[in-house]
Amino acid sequence: MSRSRLFSRIGAGIVKELSRGQCTAFYRTSFMQRPYSACWQPQVELHPETKGHHGTISQKHRQFSSTATGSDSAGGSDLNEMISVAFVDKDGEETDIKVPIGMSMLEAAHENDIELEGACEGSLACSTCHVIVTDMEYYNKLEDPTDEENDMLDLAFGLTETSRLGCQVIAKPELNGMRVALPAATRNFAVDGYVPKPH
Amino acid sequence: MAIFDQAIRRLSLSLSRRRSSLSFSTLSSNPLRVCVVGAGPAGFYTAEKMLKAHQGAEVDIIDRLPTPFGLVRSGVAPDHPETKIVMNQFSKAAQHERCSFFGNVTLGSSVSLSELRELYHVVVLAYGAESDRALGIPGEYLSGIHSAREFVWWYNGHPDGKNLSPDLKSTDTAVILGQGNVALDVARILLQSTSVLATTDIASHALEALEQSSIRKVYLVGRRGPAQAACTAKELREILGIKDLYIHINEVDLHKSPEDEEVLKNNRIHRRVYELLSKAATSAPSHPSSNQHELHFVFFRKPDRFLDSGEGSGRVAGVHFEKTILKAVGPGKQIAVGTGSYEDLDCGLVLKSIGYKSVSVDGLPFDHEKGVVPNIKGRVLVETSGDPTQLEKGLYVCGWLKRGPTGIIATNLYCAEETVASISEDVHQGEIAPASTLPKPGRQGLLQLLDNRDVRAVPFSAWEKIDSEERRLGNLRSKPREKLTTYENLLKVATE
Repeated sequence: MSRSRLFSRIGAGIVKELSRGQCTAFYRTSFMQRPYSACWQPQVELHPETKGHHGTISQKHRQFSSTATGSDSAGGSDLNEMISVAFVDKDGEETDIKVPIGMSMLEAAHENDIELEGACEGSLACSTCHVIVTDMEYYNKLEDPTDEENDMLDLAFGLTETSRLGCQVIAKPELNGMRVALPAATRNFAVDGYVPKPH
Repeated sequence: MAIFDQAIRRLSLSLSRRRSSLSFSTLSSNPLRVCVVGAGPAGFYTAEKMLKAHQGAEVDIIDRLPTPFGLVRSGVAPDHPETKIVMNQFSKAAQHERCSFFGNVTLGSSVSLSELRELYHVVVLAYGAESDRALGIPGEYLSGIHSAREFVWWYNGHPDGKNLSPDLKSTDTAVILGQGNVALDVARILLQSTSVLATTDIASHALEALEQSSIRKVYLVGRRGPAQAACTAKELREILGIKDLYIHINEVDLHKSPEDEEVLKNNRIHRRVYELLSKAATSAPSHPSSNQHELHFVFFRKPDRFLDSGEGSGRVAGVHFEKTILKAVGPGKQIAVGTGSYEDLDCGLVLKSIGYKSVSVDGLPFDHEKGVVPNIKGRVLVETSGDPTQLEKGLYVCGWLKRGPTGIIATNLYCAEETVASISEDVHQGEIAPASTLPKPGRQGLLQLLDNRDVRAVPFSAWEKIDSEERRLGNLRSKPREKLTTYENLLKVATE
């Protein structure tokens, strides 16, 4: 039975311990260099071609990773290093979560079982972690999206003026109290989505 | 091969036994049995959403190839490894306790559509588009002319693409018809330095051919203008950024009509693509340096016929184009119409990137004109008449087969959401016979049928063997993966 199949069959708590144990036992180096959530994704280890990208991403969050690896994600961390963020899901339900400084909204959503897709796992190659910052004031506190993020936002469904990719919005103290919404469930991909014109 | 046969059969049977013993403890004894045909993005997103929406459902994904992931494996360019990361998510779905993958099972030959519909409560067809639109102009079948799909399959190591062996050595010029992302992908593969490609999972037969390629000039030809180009900014930015590549765009082509202005104002993608093209046109040097690779964007040209090399060789020597202008045919829509003025482009290789086309199977309603299965929100209609009351019960479509061959991987996410919502609605309203009153054989029945026919289904665990062997081989060549490119090798490793 593969590791990943084990994961799907055992409760999350146990998985966490298991994965941590395995990661430290077999993949100590890569674990230490990556955001801790990467340890949740056993497949990553099975796909070395993706490593380069995780490498780059983790570089960006190194500070966070190095402080977080020692402590548990739910408890342990100093509250001063966490901000509050509300996620509004596609049915309008709101979930308040605490996000450690330095963590992306994509990772935070996944840590908290919020249904935000993340097909490329934060490597800026898809648009599935699209979130809408509901308040312009908070949106303006974010750094401008790069060309690469804009290229992906081009393809996001239900794009708005305050749309961002969840993987590129990194928790920082000024964002405490931010609200982000997942694009509505009633999106019509044929209308909003990218449909190449016939040749 | 007989040994492989036996081994695979043992493997699939032991797998099905293990699964069924498990089902006593954790699964309902009469689950809703669902079969998804096609293990690409549309199929996997459908499976994922079905597993989530129907807690008791058992979902099987079949594919004609021994390998899963469809175009993520054989369509996404080798130098786009980030785009392939979604395989991780699909693998998790395949490893779900209520989900199974069976490769090497072909709808239409291993098992018919009517058999599948007997075996399962719900059948979702998500097998995409494995053929090509044709131009329908003279000379289209000269040698040296290929569809971009075949070329992509070739460099991505698809087992049906290995034998394409495009001739890249007898010419220095390639013409690509079309300016969408697939066109940009094939242009990039032709122009990119092979030392860059060598670090990707490109098929080794393709890498060798590209290393010996004499092609240094690529023309990307579109019927319409820069404001209508079908590519996206990411792909365009990438090709414009290839090191030491001379880019040529006719500045007169960048002239915008009021209609173009309107398009660019209302469409963010077209606007950003236009801006990139316009910037590239103005910043490029006026002449290429000697031996520099060249990429020419050619707008407002419609292929009229292909030119024969004239020595009875049957080889293509060029394309005869008609110049076009745009004509408004509705709000925001302009089509290219011929002007009666012509121009030739000499070349020894043509790649047609004008669109994929789905193929039908026996017993499936099919709209041959649109190349899709007639459907309403994924529910298959009995005929192409569009009468929404006449539905094929329990039969659904998703992905390119449902909406035509356009969009990105994520488009399938929303497409699958829609199809699964239709299925859920039909289950709740009793349109699909309840699993409790009409149990279906599902997986056991399918495996039995395949076994009787000596079809060697490749389960996900066998794909994992292929996967690790490909990584091992890749490692030897400092590549992330060396794809196995023949059915024989794939099946051999699967049964080891």
